[in-house]
Amino acid sequence: MSRFVVLGSGVAGIAAIEAIRSVDTAAEIVLVGDDPFGYYSRPGLAYYLTGEAGEKQLYPFTTGDFQRLKIRYVKGRAAMVLRDEHQVEIDDKGRLSYDRLLIAVGASAVPLTVPGANLEGVVKLDHLTDARRIEQLARRARRAVVVGGGITALELVEGLISHRVEVQYLLRGDRYWSNVLDASESQIVEHRLREEGVELIHHAEVVEVLGKRGRVTGVRLLDGRTLQCDLLAYAIGIQPRTELAKKAGLAVDRGILVNEYLQTNDPDIFAAGDVAQVYDPLSGRSILDSLWGPAREQGWAAGLNMCGRKQAYVKGAPFNVTRLAGLTTTIIGTVGRGRDDDLVGIARGDSETWRQLPNAIVAQTGFEVNRLRLIVGEKSLLGAVVMGDQTLSVPLQKMIAGGADISAVREKLLAPNAPLADVVVDFWKEWSRST
Amino acid sequence: MAFRDLFRAEATRHAALSAGQVVPDPARCVQCGICSYNCPIGIDVRRHAWRGQPIHNSRCLTCGECVARCPRGVLRFDRTDLFAEAVK
Repeated sequence: MSRFVVLGSGVAGIAAIEAIRSVDTAAEIVLVGDDPFGYYSRPGLAYYLTGEAGEKQLYPFTTGDFQRLKIRYVKGRAAMVLRDEHQVEIDDKGRLSYDRLLIAVGASAVPLTVPGANLEGVVKLDHLTDARRIEQLARRARRAVVVGGGITALELVEGLISHRVEVQYLLRGDRYWSNVLDASESQIVEHRLREEGVELIHHAEVVEVLGKRGRVTGVRLLDGRTLQCDLLAYAIGIQPRTELAKKAGLAVDRGILVNEYLQTNDPDIFAAGDVAQVYDPLSGRSILDSLWGPAREQGWAAGLNMCGRKQAYVKGAPFNVTRLAGLTTTIIGTVGRGRDDDLVGIARGDSETWRQLPNAIVAQTGFEVNRLRLIVGEKSLLGAVVMGDQTLSVPLQKMIAGGADISAVREKLLAPNAPLADVVVDFWKEWSRST
Repeated sequence: MAFRDLFRAEATRHAALSAGQVVPDPARCVQCGICSYNCPIGIDVRRHAWRGQPIHNSRCLTCGECVARCPRGVLRFDRTDLFAEAVK
């Protein structure tokens, strides 16, 4: 009987266990997790903070679901992988033997390192523990400062606003999420944030967190200004939790390097989800994603490969649907480039692919809150940003993922003031019929 | 009014309800549970989304609450083809 050990109780780990169970009903599966709340919807924390979802709703699985999967659950942190012995050392709980091991321990927030960052009231949004803490502090906070970029920073802003906390959102650069959104899209988001009562301060960098009796009272900026606040929330990026893999001598770059079978340089050790930097045979690159969908797919593929099935993970066009300042936005494929001063590396709900924009032509349309931007390549669409009305989001997702040949409508898409939405809809009707 | 006309409105409503079902796109779903939370009759819509299955539940009112509340556009209405198998 095989013994599989899965480190990490996030969606990648759970999907791997489902995959293992789908082909091997007898195997022993041990799940090791250091999150005190086990498996829950990490992206759902944003809705927990705004009050749209209660804590109970965040748990997708019932006890019965876990029982059906016949998992032995060990609450704890893996301290060391002893590859020669095929064992994992768990803090205070001894060693576990494995035939095949999956590392799916995710990523954690890049810490704020300025003086005062350890004061009470400085918060991040990694886990349910953090979300609970923010919720608790927000109930009695009056003013908050938010720093950082990407989706998580706005989740923090929106969560705090819904608790009626006055929010000042500091941006280091000219505009919000500058390497994924274009200038108009950033402007739309910023405009909506202002309408919600958020004060945006550009070119602002926190150099010190000020405090009194161990609690945050304000922040000092690089230009000497000080802002008063009783809460400082930050989201300046995430880093894959690679320490364990590094200690075990596995190949690590920005994340744990794995091939398309999610296998590390040790054939009995696999990695999936936010911690994995996955080789993409199509582009020849190894890429980090921090998205729920790819994490689930990687976990599933890893589980099958751990059972000896040869199942390659084929990376699709990454996409995420999110709300930016209350505006539903879908980001698909490659849409931006360069760096964003507000983030270190990658953020949650983010993909490195989004920033690999080649020399392609951009076609865009829209007004106020409904906006469509297409990245038009030589023969296919490379990416899209759909803000507001989401009618086109599913067709575009499928056309970009399917590499639809748009040669026939390329001219129309690139014509000045082209009715992009109509062209896309007409093309979609034809294309979806033929595929 | 003919006797059978009394039931016409109800029959039409049933036809409309049985012609539509809620279908998830699992690739978009992050299992936040807002759909299940807001279902007025307590169907676990999220579970269907995880499995990629349409909401085949005779109790589903097709009220659209889950479709409207989902923040990520996972759910949509689709026509059912309940009798497709029988016709074949």
